[in-house]
Amino acid sequence: MPDANADGRELTYGEAIREALAEELRRDPRVFMLGEDIAEAGTTFKVLNGLVEEFGPERILDTPISEPGFTGLAVGAAMTGMRPVVDIMFGDFSGLIMDQVANQAAKIHYMSGGKLKVPMVLRTTMGAGRRSAAQHSQSLHAWYSHIPGLKVVVPATPYDAKGLMKSAIRDDNPVVILEDKMMYKTVKGPVPADDYTIPLGVADVKREGTDITLVATSSMVYVALEAAKLLDEIGVSAEVVDPRTLAPLDKQTLIDSAKKTSRAMVIDEGYEQYGVTAELASVIADGAFYYLDAPVKRIGAMNVPIPFSPALEDLTIPNPRQVFEMAKRLCGKN
Amino acid sequence: MSRVQRRARPLSERTNRDREMPDVDREGWLHMYEQMAKIRTFEEHVNELYQSAKMPGLAHLYIGQEAIAVGVCEALRKDDYITSTHRGHGHCLAKGASVDRMFCELLGREPGYCRGKGGSMHIADQDTGNLGANAIVGGSAAIAAGAAFSSKRLGQGRVAVCFFGEGALGQGLVYESLNMAQLWKLPVVYVCENNLYNEYTHHSESIAGSMKARAEAFGLMTGEVNGQNVREVHETAWRLIERARRGDGPAFMLCHTYRYMGHHVGDINRGYYRSKEEELDWKTNRDPLKLLADWITENKMADAGIFQQIESSVRAEVSAAVEYALKAPFPAPDEVSQDVYA
Repeated sequence: MPDANADGRELTYGEAIREALAEELRRDPRVFMLGEDIAEAGTTFKVLNGLVEEFGPERILDTPISEPGFTGLAVGAAMTGMRPVVDIMFGDFSGLIMDQVANQAAKIHYMSGGKLKVPMVLRTTMGAGRRSAAQHSQSLHAWYSHIPGLKVVVPATPYDAKGLMKSAIRDDNPVVILEDKMMYKTVKGPVPADDYTIPLGVADVKREGTDITLVATSSMVYVALEAAKLLDEIGVSAEVVDPRTLAPLDKQTLIDSAKKTSRAMVIDEGYEQYGVTAELASVIADGAFYYLDAPVKRIGAMNVPIPFSPALEDLTIPNPRQVFEMAKRLCGKN
Repeated sequence: MSRVQRRARPLSERTNRDREMPDVDREGWLHMYEQMAKIRTFEEHVNELYQSAKMPGLAHLYIGQEAIAVGVCEALRKDDYITSTHRGHGHCLAKGASVDRMFCELLGREPGYCRGKGGSMHIADQDTGNLGANAIVGGSAAIAAGAAFSSKRLGQGRVAVCFFGEGALGQGLVYESLNMAQLWKLPVVYVCENNLYNEYTHHSESIAGSMKARAEAFGLMTGEVNGQNVREVHETAWRLIERARRGDGPAFMLCHTYRYMGHHVGDINRGYYRSKEEELDWKTNRDPLKLLADWITENKMADAGIFQQIESSVRAEVSAAVEYALKAPFPAPDEVSQDVYA
């Protein structure tokens, strides 16, 4: 794997995703994309701008507004020799496609005794803060992570997004990638021009520390990193661990970090109840029990439909101050 | 005449191209009779296995509808695709599945088509183009379109057939799929088997307007047939399938038929939703095997005796398969976590 900083080249999160897709479309003629307004419009987020000009409307295929239909079409195409990349504009539309994803794509390999394969990628978005209200703001990666047979990817950095996207497209399983829409333009970072991949199922330590482990996913990595800076100021050294993929999950890296620091917190933008934070906290509590000096704590999105008003919406998303306060208490610094 | 000689030429060797009608000779019709008899006998044995508590779970029997699976699949090449339903044994057999591996799957045994992990409602057989039966009503409508999409993109000339019951006309996914199939001129044929009942409810209580007009509204070529007459099914299916193969677009084929048995093997007392007289009428006057046998003998293509020969040889094959399956091993416990991921 090349060093992320090797050539000093920086891309936004959205540009890194587009570069990964373009490279894979060039590499493998079986790869094609389909979704609503992905061609000339380049998606509502403009992430795919320029792809239809290079690859044509047959490989960057605009679909009717029929999420279950075109997702199911991708499942059938994947079973018969193509490698589709489906674009679901908002993760909130997951409810529309869930039968095709959870009952069809995820189970076909197993139900067929291992004979049929569904090598497809489903890209969708997550993340609140865009003032888009309750049906365009949710982070529903826990829904997908619950289903055996799916792989689930939540990249936090441009570097990870490119490498993980390329691995997902080359994987023979259905892989769901949830991209935080708030990061497309605002997050920028080093991305090598090389053809590199990052294996699915390998966590990444985003910041080393000794006193507490902050496990954070997607954009919450930045919340955790901000909190880590605040913790530094009071003499607490925080380690930030990004699982990068929720399925498969690199349990060992999470557990090892918690064993080292003896305290752990999990931060994720999905709803807190029955969420990703609960699963990851349980993995750590189980695996590092005898090394822990405090219970594993977790912060997810508030258990409310995401409100429109900025005054309310911001209250629902985990923030650095909240993480800092909880970490401080966990470390006995009152 | 030996059974081998009586079989029709393999599907892949037929040259149907450029004809108005399918080229089916005496051997071809007798082969279709044999296929229908095989499905019926298979299903009768499934029912017995259920009633004698030898089969885990339930099964949905295809008896009465045999002419549709056979008439359609005999118009397909081996490498063409099908998707099937919870009532799918007939489709699988008609597309070329073997009875022994079918029974193994139904009994949850290791040599089954899905190593015992799919069961009655999920039989898939890649080697015969069977992309799988589906236990979600209408659940494979888009998958079939996707298979047709692959065929078109990869220039394979394959056609996909999506079998579904009229109950699936209640699912939005079916209409999304018809729309995309027509928009992109996909080589897919939607075969709607109207057996009158959505589970335990007559379609008049669930389907408004016209079934066929729904597909016509999307611009699909449509056909409507007596689903008990395998010749009619086959001729229409062949025409629509070859049209799709030529690149002229998808089609919707409405077949009127009847489910002789209950919604599933446990649906014994059906008086609250349909009468015994109605059942008897279909079985007596509109039976697909009888209709074909009568036509063959009336046209002096064979003596009535040949049907008994066919049936007894089919019965021997099916009985042997049941015996084989009952003795076949169950999957080993470590199989439970295999093949979750490819």
